[in-house]
Amino acid sequence: MLRPYLAVLSARFQLVLQYRAAALAGFATQCWWGGMKVLIYSAFYAGARAAPMSFAHTVSYTWLGQAFLMFLPWYADPEVADMVRTGAVAYERLRPVDAWGWWYARALAWTAARIAPRAGLMFVTAAVIMPLVGLGRWGLRLPADGAAVALFCAAILAAALLSATMTVLLNVVVAASLTDRGANAFAAPISIVLSGSLVPLAFFPHAFVPFLRLQPFAGLIDTPFRVWNGELAGLNAVGAIGLQLAWTLVLGILGRCAVESVMSRVQVQGG
Amino acid sequence: MAQVVVEGLRKTYRVAVREPGAWGAIRGLARRRWREIEALAGVSFAIGTGELVGFIGPNGAGKSTTIKILSGILRPSGGACEVDGLVPWRDRIRHVARIGVVFGQRTQLWWDLPVIDGFDLLRDIYRVDPARYRRTRDELVGLMRLGPLLDQPVRQLSLGQRMRCEIAAAMLHEPRLLFLDEPTIGLDAPAKLAVRELVGTLNRERGVTVVLTTHDMQDIEALARRVIVIGKGVILADEPLDAFRAGVLAERRVVADFAGEAPRIAIPGVEERAREGRSLELAFDPARIAAPALIAAIAADYPLEDIRVVQPQIEEVIARFYDLHGAGEA
Repeated sequence: MLRPYLAVLSARFQLVLQYRAAALAGFATQCWWGGMKVLIYSAFYAGARAAPMSFAHTVSYTWLGQAFLMFLPWYADPEVADMVRTGAVAYERLRPVDAWGWWYARALAWTAARIAPRAGLMFVTAAVIMPLVGLGRWGLRLPADGAAVALFCAAILAAALLSATMTVLLNVVVAASLTDRGANAFAAPISIVLSGSLVPLAFFPHAFVPFLRLQPFAGLIDTPFRVWNGELAGLNAVGAIGLQLAWTLVLGILGRCAVESVMSRVQVQGG
Repeated sequence: MAQVVVEGLRKTYRVAVREPGAWGAIRGLARRRWREIEALAGVSFAIGTGELVGFIGPNGAGKSTTIKILSGILRPSGGACEVDGLVPWRDRIRHVARIGVVFGQRTQLWWDLPVIDGFDLLRDIYRVDPARYRRTRDELVGLMRLGPLLDQPVRQLSLGQRMRCEIAAAMLHEPRLLFLDEPTIGLDAPAKLAVRELVGTLNRERGVTVVLTTHDMQDIEALARRVIVIGKGVILADEPLDAFRAGVLAERRVVADFAGEAPRIAIPGVEERAREGRSLELAFDPARIAAPALIAAIAADYPLEDIRVVQPQIEEVIARFYDLHGAGEA
């Protein structure tokens, strides 16, 4: 049943993983940004009277944000965008597979393959090297116990599943509008702000925070990182992961309807 | 038994009309106007199992639209169509699992993957039994001489090598019906011959039904026993290649080589078509003068060195046919 989807997932994962230069460049950029943000928070906390999170938690949140930056659906799958532009998207219809599942498997592989090397390097740097060289105060603190680690892994997995549903939705917009510019232009700012990647969601005005934590983008960054920090533990964490999965289901169903409707209308021009 | 049945197939595209100039562009923002283009205006034909049909017509005639509908990519505006008992656009997933498609202008293999990895991926996509896949793959690799190419990424292949791989890729799940849309476009002469040989072999030895669209009439001449000619969205001719050729151009040709410069020949019912140094191409009407009589008459009066009866070039037949039907590109 799942054979075609697993095959394309693994092929794409291996292919994207080969882009070592991109991973290293991304890692360097993310170290730089992470360092800048930690310095800014450091200055902010020096003068702050009441902060919504402890400094240590904010710093961990920041490094995790750099490690898992690629969860943000800030652009459509470039492979799909390319196929739409060249008309090769026609071949997609020639495969005996469900169109949504096909794009979903590829989006998941693409996200995972970009995250794996960057997250690995970032953990080693922020959680191991920084404390060793005496920068522990500005480094990544490990979770309190094994339960938190297990819940964090579940939340990260849910974030990956959720992120891929958003990428597929962007792909649909690209296929419908025949260009990736529009979709990418609105996806980046929305996802960066609403996920907590720009600043943790806790830093938003108090009245907004509960609502911000209900919307789907929170499941990409804010939810797993609060699990890491232990702010979400036990049943609260399980509930938050449930919310991530619920959004995955909703956006998945929405995406599947949208893919079918767009692909049945798509007219392959020329040739 | 008919494998493909098409009845009254219609397809209209709606395209946005933009008036020229800046003012036209601004007006288009406020009120977009649409124009309907009729790509297919009622097309009907049937193709039997094991046939090799050449599907030809000028650019924009509706060839590709028909192929796209038959392969399940495009939904028609009207009419009916069944392939092996399935309606392509309604039963898309089941339908596409049974057909093979090659678009000469696009690639279905992954650009960055070695050919063999692309094949393996197709095995999983089409859920082919691994043992059966190995057998089919090895047969195709032997048939198309792909052995040395298998480890290379697709982007490093020449167009001719790639096209052989594409055709093999389309056959890995052993479809009974193969659509080839301009498979020889852009290929050099040896590569074209190789592709033609492959397609012929697949059709003859494996009984694969082939629907071939092309602008290269040599492809048609080498492969197709039957041609369907389409122009401006309607079928203009659907008959065996020989009958088609005879119907369009009744005249026959001889090419004669002379010892000296080619002479002027005045025999009733014979016209000069081309002359080049000592060689002369003559057209004759077989109803007025038979070939042996013509050859005897020339040999009696002129220093003849060699003479061959030839068929008019298929390009010429097609061009004449399009002219007759006013079917050239709009």
